[in-house]
This record gives sequence, C-alpha cells and structure tokens, in this order.
Amino acid sequence: MLGLHSKDFKTLVIVAVLTMLAPFILNPFPSGSAMAQFNAGYPDLMQRFVIFGIFAIGFNILFGLTGYLSFGHAAFLGVGSYSAVWMFKLLSMNVIPGIILSVIVAGIFALIIGFISLRRTGIYFSILTLAFAQMSFNLAYSVLTPITNGETGLQLTLNDPRILGVSATESGGIPVTNFFGAEMRSTYELVVGGWDFQFNTGYYFCAMMLLLAFYLSIRIFRSPFGLMLRAIKANKTRLNYTGLNTRPYALAAFVISGMYAGLAGGLLASMDPLAGAERMQWTASGEVVLMTILGGAGTLIGPVVGAGFIKYFENIFSKINDSVLHGWFDFLPQGMENAAVWVTEHFVGPGWHLTLGLLFMLVVTFLPGGLVEGGQRLARLFRRKSGDKPDAASQSKPAE
Amino acid sequence: MGILEIKNVGKRFGGLQALGDVNLSIAENSVHAIIGPNGAGKSTLLNVLVGKLIPDTGSVMFDGQSVLGRTPYEINQMGISRVFQTPEIFGNLTVIENMLIPCFAKRDGSFELNAITSIAGQKDIIEKAEHMLESMNLANKRHMHSASMSRGDKRRLEIAMCLAQEPRLLLLDEPTAGMARADTNNTIDLLKRIKDERDITIAIIEHDMHVVFSLAERITVLAQGTPLVEDVPQNIKGHPKVREAYLGETAVA
Repeated sequence: MLGLHSKDFKTLVIVAVLTMLAPFILNPFPSGSAMAQFNAGYPDLMQRFVIFGIFAIGFNILFGLTGYLSFGHAAFLGVGSYSAVWMFKLLSMNVIPGIILSVIVAGIFALIIGFISLRRTGIYFSILTLAFAQMSFNLAYSVLTPITNGETGLQLTLNDPRILGVSATESGGIPVTNFFGAEMRSTYELVVGGWDFQFNTGYYFCAMMLLLAFYLSIRIFRSPFGLMLRAIKANKTRLNYTGLNTRPYALAAFVISGMYAGLAGGLLASMDPLAGAERMQWTASGEVVLMTILGGAGTLIGPVVGAGFIKYFENIFSKINDSVLHGWFDFLPQGMENAAVWVTEHFVGPGWHLTLGLLFMLVVTFLPGGLVEGGQRLARLFRRKSGDKPDAASQSKPAE
Repeated sequence: MGILEIKNVGKRFGGLQALGDVNLSIAENSVHAIIGPNGAGKSTLLNVLVGKLIPDTGSVMFDGQSVLGRTPYEINQMGISRVFQTPEIFGNLTVIENMLIPCFAKRDGSFELNAITSIAGQKDIIEKAEHMLESMNLANKRHMHSASMSRGDKRRLEIAMCLAQEPRLLLLDEPTAGMARADTNNTIDLLKRIKDERDITIAIIEHDMHVVFSLAERITVLAQGTPLVEDVPQNIKGHPKVREAYLGETAVA
C-alpha cells in the first residue's frame, strides 16, 4: 500500500491510529483525580509531541542514516519559525504559505551551512554546525534585531500590513492563525463522565503533517538514496572506491533534515505566532540529539518515541512541586515524609533534567538501540514466553 | 598500446623518493603482477592509479584518458575497481545490501537523488545483485550482516562488488595477505575463473610468489621505486637482478 512494504505500512497505520486517538490515549485519568496531573492530553502538549516528532524524524535522516552528528539543527527550526511569523505579518494568517516559506528558507540555510560543514567529518563537523547555530542565535538575538525583534522575539502586532487579510479583527484583536478558515486554536471538548477530552484543530493539523513527514521518511529509508546514506555510515572509503560521490549524498540528507526542522519551526509558529531566538540555542540543538538517541537512532519510529518521551518529562515532571509531593507521601510519619519529599523533589519540578539524565544514561548503557530496542526485546520475550520459537520476524533488520 | 599506460611517474615524500621513474604498460585482457620487496613503491603506485595520490611527475593514461587529478570515485566510474588488502565492505549492512550498492553505482553514476523510489521495486538491480552473489557462492548468506562473515567470504564479497561494476581494470592489493594456503588457492581459482569468464584486465600487487606465478601472464619487478625488469613469469624466476633485489628473501628461490 502507498508504495510501502506491508510491515512498513503497518507501522504507518499504527502511528496514524495513535496520533488520531491521542486525545483519548494521553488522557487516561479523570480530570478531578489525583493522577490527572499525569494527563498529557491537552492541546499545547500534544502539539509539541508531534512537532518535535517531526523535528526528530528529520534529524534522524541525517544522524541515524549517515552518522553525521549535527549539533546545530535548532538553527533551522528557529529560521523556520521566523519565516512563518513574517509570512503571517505580511501575507496572510493562513498557515500554509507560512509553512511553505519556513521549509524553503530552512532548506536554503541548510544548503549553505551543510555545504561548508560537510567539508569535515566527525567531531569537526559537529563543532562546525554548533558554531553556525550559535552564530545564528547571536545574529537573531542582537545583530538582526530589525528582522527578529531581538530578545523580545518576533510577534504579531495590530499594525501588520497583511496583504491578504486584515491588520486587526473587528473587535480590535490580532487575527488568529488558520487553515483556510479553520482556526488553529479552536478546541472541541468532549466530557464523558469525569474525563475531559480535547480535540484541537491545530493538533490535528500538526498530526497530519507528522504522518506526511513520517511517510516520507519511510520512503527515504527504503530507497536507493537511503541505502547510500547508510553506506556512508558503514564505510565511506568503500563507497568512494565504488564510484559514488559521498558529498552530494550527505549534503542532500543535511538539506532534507534541515527542511524537516524548518517544517517543525513553521508549525510551532503556526500554533503560537511568535518566534524567539532561544529556539536556536545550542540546548535546543542538543535536545533533538537526545530525542533521537533515546528513541533509537537509525530506526523509523524511534525519534518520534524519543521526542514524545522528552516532551512528556519536560512538561509533566516539571510541574510536580513540593505540595504535590507532600500529598503523595502523606501516609508516612512526619520525619520520613519530609525526608522522602526532600529526596524526590530533586528529581521533579525544576530538577526534571536529573531524572531525564539518569534515564538517558540507563538507556544508552543498557539499550544502545534506544527505547525501540527495549520494545523489541520485550516483544521477543513475550513471543518466547508464549511457547513458540523465535521466528524469522524477530530477526528484524536494524531499520525498523 | 596497453589499456593502462604509466609514463615517467615519480613521487617524493619529503626526502624519500617513493617512485623514481616508473614506466609501465599493462596490456588489455592480461593478468599483470607487480612484485617487489618491502618499500619498493608498490602501494604508492597503486594509490596513484586510483587517485588517492597525485604524482609529482609523469602521466597515467587509462584507455587514452588521463586519470591524474581525478578523484577516486571518478576513476572508478572510468572503469577501474580496486580490491583492498584488508577487505573494505559495508560492515553494518547485510550481504545483499552490500551487493546492491555497486549495482546502483553502475547504473546511476556517482550521484542520483532517487529518494522516493523503493529498492524492492528495482527488479533488474536486485536480479543482478542476486546473480553476483550466486556466482560467488554467497547467496545463502544474503541476509547476514557482512561484518560477521569470515575473512575469506568478505574477500569474495568485495571482489563480487567490484565485478558488479563491470570494470575494465581490476586492481588487487595483496588479495591473499594473511590467508591460509587453502584460502589462497581458492582465491587463485576464483581469479582464474573471473579471467576466463569475462573481458577484464587484472593488475595484482602481491608478496606471495605462489599466487604471482599461478596467475600472472607478465610480471614487473619494482625495487626502490623503479621497475627493475618486466617479463613473462618463466624468465623472472631466475633473473639475476630479481635475485639481487630479493637478496636474503627465499621466496624467489
């Protein structure tokens, strides 16, 4: 189906079902209950899941296939965001032109940065991309203030010219982003019993983009081009002596992944029309590296899993504060309660990075193939438990 | 006129004259061995031929075209394939994937952005790759990770990958280095078969005299960066100059 193998098509269908039903799946606890804070089914976070999923899928095309570790991909995300916001300011509040421009501009940026950075490999390549990203960040933060609005960030105002549209709505507000009239922020709430499910237009728009991006990445993985990218990682010398020019292959992968990052940036701006320089900072570049490795570099689904994981931690664990912890350890005697809270509070709230760091260390040490490898091992374990011998399907190829 | 014409090639590394004044002609569809003691400049010469090194002087013509100043992939696309001393294969990929890459390189050239087409749909390429594997007795290992194969299998895979590109000149850099006698003989038989089956010129750099004298139709002896003698194998064996170059080494005796 759709030019895919049955196995890949199945993966795509599973991802499609999961993203479409996400408002239910991510909202397992009734809104009044004590566990409700672990619900992730609200529009803002769900949008983040899929947008950073797209970012990580694109990054994986470069890092997972060719092994070139870019430490500057957030620059393309930031460039994408600025482009989209400018499109909203100047042309129309429809998200499509904005997203198209962000992909194109990010692609051009990636072409320039990639052309220079790919003259080197290994650590030097990583440092070059990092340097470019930091340069972009500083340009956006101070030098290019007329374009980026410096540290305040680029925002919509009531005096934007907006050729196809109005500068301000009749009620005097700033118009909102839309997809041919469907407002990105509009949310339909379904209340069933104690549950409150939210269906947000913006989320579903992003989810469709994710499916498109995921589908394209499967096609790339299974194409001769994808094979060449994996060959770059495996043995560049042999590839050269097999009559293949590695440079344009690596550059094409770099540009494609840059365009994915641009798409993610454009979507971020479409959900919330502002763009700040902090999106280009090196921590943001590092985050996508973590996502890809945590989920499983070089696998199809890994980056999406990793992105979801990190964004969940960032948004859910960071919200747990002292009073919540005291609530949890209520049942303990006073002294022990305080001790338990004291220990735990370092791992939640602002200390969520500590939990993530520990988790990352565990995954990298025990599951070098990322969470996807963990899943595969579990699946194999279950298959063995259920009695039959491991079949051919369990000897899956690395790129699943 | 040979298919490969090397004229007055010299290469100096600092104070070391690696290649003095090399003149060498390799006839089309022949098996030509280049031998010589350690440090004779064999590897330097090979690296010049494949574009890894650019000589200080001289010219190298392949089929009437100069190879100097071209990159390794360009020279490969001209029809020169190289087999390395330690097999260079794509260790992380399966055997069949290894085989597909040269097939694509032969059909599509040095770069092709076919990112949306599926490999599974390219029947002609897959057929060719499968055929090559079968002819090398590797078909039953097609889904194996190539890194986990034995050295002999890796060598055969590498040769198969080079042949899939249908090169006109195959360069072999000590193809039996580090092999047991049985494996060495298998490799000799394989190379003989390749020679019989197709129109191909083979240039071989080798230490092992057993290999050289079983395969070569002509032999060039290099010593200290210059060709000492070039002749048919029978005349090389007892040649006084060759004995002199190899003095202390019993291999020739």
